[in-house]
Amino acid sequence: MDFSNFLYMGQEIGLLILFVILFLYDTFCTANGRKYFQTIAVSGFAVLTLYGFLPQICNQSFLVGEVFGGMYVSSDMTILMKNILNMATLIVFLQSRQWLQTGETLHRQGEFYTITLSTLLGMYLMVSAGNFMMLYVGMETASLPLACLTAFNKYKEQSAEAGVKYILISALSSGVMLFGLSFLYGGLGSMYFADMAAGMQLSTLTVLGFVFFLGGLGFKLSLVPFHLWTADVYEGAPTSVTAYLSVVSKGAAAFALLFVLYQVFGKVLGVWEPILWWLAAITITLGNLFAIRQTDIKRFFAFSSISQAGYIILGIISASDQGMAALVFYVLVYLFSNLAAFGVIAAVEQQSNGDTRIAAFNGLYKSNPKLATVMTLAVFSLGGIPIFAGFFSKLYIFFSLGAQGQWILFFIAALNTVISLFYYLLIVKAMWFQESAENVSSFKTDTSNRISLVLCTAGIIAVGLMSFIYEYIQTISFGV
Amino acid sequence: MEYSILIIATPLLMFLFLGLLGGKMKPKVAGIIGTLGMTLCATVAYTVAYQYFFQIGKTGDTWTPAVPINFEWLRFTDHLHIDLGILLDPISVMMLVVITTVSLMVHLYSLGYMHGETGFQRYYALLSLFSFSMLGLVVATNIFQMYIFWELVGVSSYSLIGFYYTKPSAVSASKKAFIVTRFADLGFLVGILILSYYTGTFDFANLTQDNSALVVNSFAGKSFIGLSLATWALALIFMGGAGKSAMFPLHIWLPDAMEGPTPVSALIHAATMVVAGVFLVARLFPVYHFAAPEVLTMIAYVGTFTALFAAVIAITQTDIKRVLAFSTISQIAYMMVALGVSDFGGHDGLGYMASMFHLFTHAFFKALLFLGAGSVIHAVHSNEMHAMGGLHKYMKITSITFLVACLAIAGIPPFSGFYSKDEILAAAFHNHQAIFWTLWVVAGLTAFYMFRLYFCIFWNRPYSPHPLTPSPQGEGGHHHKPHESPWTMALPLIILGVFSIFSGLIPFADFVSSDNQPFHTHIDWTVASMSILVAIIGIGTAFVLYFKESRQPAVLAQKMGVLYRGALHKFYLDEVWMWVTQTVVFRYICKPIAWFDRHIIDGTMDGIAWTTQKASTSIRGLQSGQVQFYAWVFVAGTILIAALVLFL
Repeated sequence: MDFSNFLYMGQEIGLLILFVILFLYDTFCTANGRKYFQTIAVSGFAVLTLYGFLPQICNQSFLVGEVFGGMYVSSDMTILMKNILNMATLIVFLQSRQWLQTGETLHRQGEFYTITLSTLLGMYLMVSAGNFMMLYVGMETASLPLACLTAFNKYKEQSAEAGVKYILISALSSGVMLFGLSFLYGGLGSMYFADMAAGMQLSTLTVLGFVFFLGGLGFKLSLVPFHLWTADVYEGAPTSVTAYLSVVSKGAAAFALLFVLYQVFGKVLGVWEPILWWLAAITITLGNLFAIRQTDIKRFFAFSSISQAGYIILGIISASDQGMAALVFYVLVYLFSNLAAFGVIAAVEQQSNGDTRIAAFNGLYKSNPKLATVMTLAVFSLGGIPIFAGFFSKLYIFFSLGAQGQWILFFIAALNTVISLFYYLLIVKAMWFQESAENVSSFKTDTSNRISLVLCTAGIIAVGLMSFIYEYIQTISFGV
Repeated sequence: MEYSILIIATPLLMFLFLGLLGGKMKPKVAGIIGTLGMTLCATVAYTVAYQYFFQIGKTGDTWTPAVPINFEWLRFTDHLHIDLGILLDPISVMMLVVITTVSLMVHLYSLGYMHGETGFQRYYALLSLFSFSMLGLVVATNIFQMYIFWELVGVSSYSLIGFYYTKPSAVSASKKAFIVTRFADLGFLVGILILSYYTGTFDFANLTQDNSALVVNSFAGKSFIGLSLATWALALIFMGGAGKSAMFPLHIWLPDAMEGPTPVSALIHAATMVVAGVFLVARLFPVYHFAAPEVLTMIAYVGTFTALFAAVIAITQTDIKRVLAFSTISQIAYMMVALGVSDFGGHDGLGYMASMFHLFTHAFFKALLFLGAGSVIHAVHSNEMHAMGGLHKYMKITSITFLVACLAIAGIPPFSGFYSKDEILAAAFHNHQAIFWTLWVVAGLTAFYMFRLYFCIFWNRPYSPHPLTPSPQGEGGHHHKPHESPWTMALPLIILGVFSIFSGLIPFADFVSSDNQPFHTHIDWTVASMSILVAIIGIGTAFVLYFKESRQPAVLAQKMGVLYRGALHKFYLDEVWMWVTQTVVFRYICKPIAWFDRHIIDGTMDGIAWTTQKASTSIRGLQSGQVQFYAWVFVAGTILIAALVLFL
């Protein structure tokens, strides 16, 4: 075995090292040492995140190419995608501090970081997979620990329920996916992306295989009709875990789907394009319709994220380099916008003893103007209002659709941005105009969450305006 | 002319400065800083205007656009890129003058009007943000930059009403305005994408040069559902303009937006944001003219209908700001019609020039009307006409300036509105008779409802605080006698009054024309005499009906002696007129139209929202919370997709 292959896996190895360090520290540290756990975890992870940007920082490029006989692929694009996932995870770590350091989670906060890192490792493998087995292993590595995370507040009934629901549906979806993969293997005689693409031919077997495979990833992305678990799990899971699920897990699945469809099924565009066309249209619309009547803010963002996932896969439908760039950029922007919202939710939830009704946000502007402003920017960005980043990310998606002449889908999606405005403004209205006797009192957000919110706000404002970011993504994108 | 960047930079810096540090200052200091910033901005705008029009703008006999600043912001493909820059040409420079002037007046006026309100600093920060976005919109070098600022204008006007005002009705009105215009902007965006996809450019210069040859050629022979694709694209772009400029049926947000503070209405809903649609069509006028003339015809019809429709509704309104709102809709429709009937080049392009001219004069007198109305509301603490009357005794400056604005909008010479309106009527007269006569009637109606407003506010009956009037500002402030507003409010009224009188004397055709070549206009006396006639009829009718509260011919008879019979006769006419107007016209024509607007047009929009809500409720059964059911849907969904793919 040629060990030099491991040199291509810099980010994975770094993550693994960090995981081992944190695991050992968690096992052997004293109660006093545990106080510094978050600092160590966050700074370690920050170093890892920076490591991913090494090519940008000091012009020293990573090794890219296919290794282990094509099992594992590393390219500028996969590195960028992992960087995006890293940034999101770092922000989630920053936001989780206050929750972890209060109550019964205090003595097992180490578990949170180590489990999260192991799911992240799975997602790395999903993104870098060059073989369906690798993709499947990555997905399982990501899913199982996530179920632990959703049930992390194990003494809370809702959290435990969320964990059970997640693991059951997750098991079902991997079953369906494996079933599909076996069809694909039967039809094409290989699990390697490159071989399958070369021998791609349409038959009932491959089409069925594809649909079942899509079901598996559709679960992770929570596309309609694979989305029903989303609201319950998002509501029950601890807020930081919900944030992680809605951004990192979803982003990784979107990246994996993008690669598989472009690289393996590129030739049979005609089969999957109409499927995704309908899935996207229905997902966006249904997500919006459900979001309107939610009264719990976490459920609200669950449906909002379903709708956002619909926009994400619009980039895949374009099947062009423009579409890929738009998708990656969309996830990047979505990360900042959605995590800003969840950071505020986490802060308010801590303060109001776990109250996550939208009504708990009434009058937030009066008591905590900064938090209210961040939340407003976040929903503006999610709603695609200029000049926030979300506006540009939607715009690039629309551009890529327009360039392929997908005007009808473009119109459906654009119309939905107007509908989404309707409910995003409900949150704005609650914070700025609604008065209530039980207003959250004025409070100070803890420092680490505040840093995360500053990062997110900077992202929401700057990422859209700094055109070189999109231009860079465009240079490393490729079409079908 | 690189310094023209200051026009955009100053309000942006003001916004950041006041937005970030405003809370730490005294309200008054923030207001004064904001006003000074706007003064600087206006000074620069005037300098730019002077330099452009009198020093550098002309090459030979043609106005040539100047692009002092332009940089590539984002490159999509080899030839498609988005730029940010500043484009100076006659219409954008004219708009700079209008916007900065009105904005400065509103800044100044608000020092008095908003005195003591909470969030005063935030209000000034948002005013700066709005000015920034509006100025960025008019100097855009390409349609995409325009779109970005276009949306930003929507956001800032939303926040200006919504974030400042805590009245629930104002909040929902601002939300409605935001969503309705966003919906219209959807069309705009689709239009832009289609246009840029086929032409490969966003630049106004590329789109309009050589009689829009690029657009005509790249769309040649392409059609979609029976219409040429160029028609689709340009009609969709117009949809965006119709939303911002409140054309029927997208006008519904404007009357409701009157819930906001009055100076904001003066700035946004009279002079700047609502004319953005007119500006957009004017900016792309050659494209419309050469690539899709049928869209221009459609614009003319939509505009004519809106002008008439809004004028008729204005007659029935009793809230003075709503009268002004409908009047604005009607006047903007006038500008749209002028563009719609205009031809291209030289004197044939009269409509184009007239439209811009009316935009220019209307901005001043309509802002003046709104600020005057604000001054009245400030004094009597009510928006309702029946709480007013006889105020001319107490508010000399407001009363006189309001009269000036009414005369201007009614089109009485030598006030500014006369000249611009006359050009519009002349343009219509030579192109389309039916449109001309409709506009002619609208001119009469305009004169009538404006003077109805004027007489009801300032004359009609001696002022007495109306006990039944619910006072929105509360605190029983209306027991004292109404008094003239402080100088910060009076001064803008006077300045705008001067503009309203004299701005019509500018030889506009020397500066603005469809093909950028100056031409000469003359007053078409056939049209002018007809328009003066109808204006006088309108004013006269309003005088008879509303100058005094109770019409007592006896009093008049005693005074006039010999004219008694005539007076008696007039009284008789009066009654007939009253019957015709109040019973027949008012009840059977105006009221139903107003009802139609309120319930059907508005109701349709509300209905869409309601349906969405309903649909949302009816599908909630899907979300049962049972994990078995979720799994079932999961598997069934997968199988269904597989079946659809295999068997379809």
